[in-house]
Amino acid sequence: MSNAVEVRAVSKSFEKVKALDDISFDVADGELFGLVGPDGAGKTTLFRILTTLFTPDSGTASVCGLDVVKDLWAIRSRVGYMPGGFALYPDLSVAENLEFFAAVFGTTVEQGYELIAPIYKQIEPFRDRRADALSGGMKQKLALSCALVHRPDILFLDEPTTGVDAVSRREFWDQLGNLKASGLTIVVSTPYMDEALRCDRVALIHGGRILEIDPPRTVGSRYPLPLLSVQGSDRFGLLGTLREFPQMHSVYLFGDELHYTDKRKDASATEIARELEAFLAERGQPDATAAPITAGIEDSFMELMGTAPAPIAA
Amino acid sequence: MTTSGSEVGPAIDARDLTRRFGSFVAVDHITFEVQGGEVFGFLGANGAGKTTAMKMLVGLLAPSEGVAHVAGFDVRSQREQIRRNIGYMSQRFSLYADLSVRENVRLYGGIYGLTSQQIAERTKSMLDRLGLSANADDLVGKLPLGWKQKLAFSVALLHEPKIVFLDEPTGGVDPITRRQFWELIYGAAAGGTTVFVTTHYMDEAEYCDRISIMVDGRIAALGTPGELKEQFKVDSVDEVFVRLARGATKGEAA
Repeated sequence: MSNAVEVRAVSKSFEKVKALDDISFDVADGELFGLVGPDGAGKTTLFRILTTLFTPDSGTASVCGLDVVKDLWAIRSRVGYMPGGFALYPDLSVAENLEFFAAVFGTTVEQGYELIAPIYKQIEPFRDRRADALSGGMKQKLALSCALVHRPDILFLDEPTTGVDAVSRREFWDQLGNLKASGLTIVVSTPYMDEALRCDRVALIHGGRILEIDPPRTVGSRYPLPLLSVQGSDRFGLLGTLREFPQMHSVYLFGDELHYTDKRKDASATEIARELEAFLAERGQPDATAAPITAGIEDSFMELMGTAPAPIAA
Repeated sequence: MTTSGSEVGPAIDARDLTRRFGSFVAVDHITFEVQGGEVFGFLGANGAGKTTAMKMLVGLLAPSEGVAHVAGFDVRSQREQIRRNIGYMSQRFSLYADLSVRENVRLYGGIYGLTSQQIAERTKSMLDRLGLSANADDLVGKLPLGWKQKLAFSVALLHEPKIVFLDEPTGGVDPITRRQFWELIYGAAAGGTTVFVTTHYMDEAEYCDRISIMVDGRIAALGTPGELKEQFKVDSVDEVFVRLARGATKGEAA
């Protein structure tokens, strides 16, 4: 299988800030590839390099076999890019925005209609409405339609679901699944760990570096230390008490439970659970229970963030 | 800061609160109370009416119908008193990027009518608590997003309001900083501040004492996270939310 994207040792700085620090990875043809990381991790800089809007300070990158510096004009018609934030024309209507993006790429809405139809049909009843009068979910659907109207080979989506509610996020990812099934390569960034689970592979990115690249379900399997779930009625109190446990490596709120990591790499998690329950009972939390669990992507990400060198202040 | 009836009544008391825009009913007769010191999660899909309801509660938008009291004051007739008794942080609310941390605190302290001595004391204790003392003279625009959000939260609490309104305070922030932010929220609530917060992160909904879920301008569910999971017989607030919001008819079409 050939690679839709190849990135080799790419670095990029802005004044004193190292936005990307020696990044290398490949994205296979037809892959749904996730870049997972917080604001300021370098995701947007990477997208801008891959869409030929920035040049790297060092290293090389290719998209569809074309070099991002030498072949920028050839690349631009092959990629669809949905930047973060709202990047459409607010005072053009839904239909005008779509026609504009089609015209810029020398095509027509009709020629791209089959690909965008499943998404665009949902907003077509509002085709004469100004783009700035659309709700958040509708703007997102229009932006995706505009990024697809010239039938690109690869789609770059920069945090398409930030600020979008949980139901609309799910629907958006259902659409991405359909686009992938039609053969499109998709590179998408997100701060939401649950969305990462829907990618073929994810790169955890933080402070301009890639911490790990793996299929999302196996990211947790590399978790280096015993991990336990602790439950009890007073979670905030439990958090403080667990931090006083001498073998504590980290403890985080996790929905309706706490995730506790122990320093002792080879200790039995079942044994640690018993120790924790005894410790918590002694400290006035007799209803607390602890049980070993398998790490998920968010556990791994926080562990990698915690042990990675501090990001250069942005 | 101002005497009120809030010592006896709930921190927020909304009765049939309604807002129409033309024929569209954005908020449709919502009734709920938030108790002093409670962490109340105000959830809903985009377009469900959360922002409109919040704007009415902070006195930025007049209700079409119904009544609401915040810190004991009427949202229609006592907006000035409400503003002095609440803090507000929106995702877009930013501190001034081209002022330093210290200058931002001084500016907002002045706006809230604090004395120079109060400003000096509270600046010091805030920066110590946030671990930002070494960055007091850095421009806010140069700070990472997570730090800005924590600073904005602390500035919203500078005048020691009874209630703080937080509109998606953790959007786009990394998972460690989100959790540190929630520890700040718990700390404020433990000190007696009422916290009214919106979020799209459903794990954060689990951290609230009680949550409401708005659908099509109405409150479709209200209770502790445990009560709602039991009521809907599911394992997470995320599933409760998806079940309710999937039934929405207005929202996106509006």
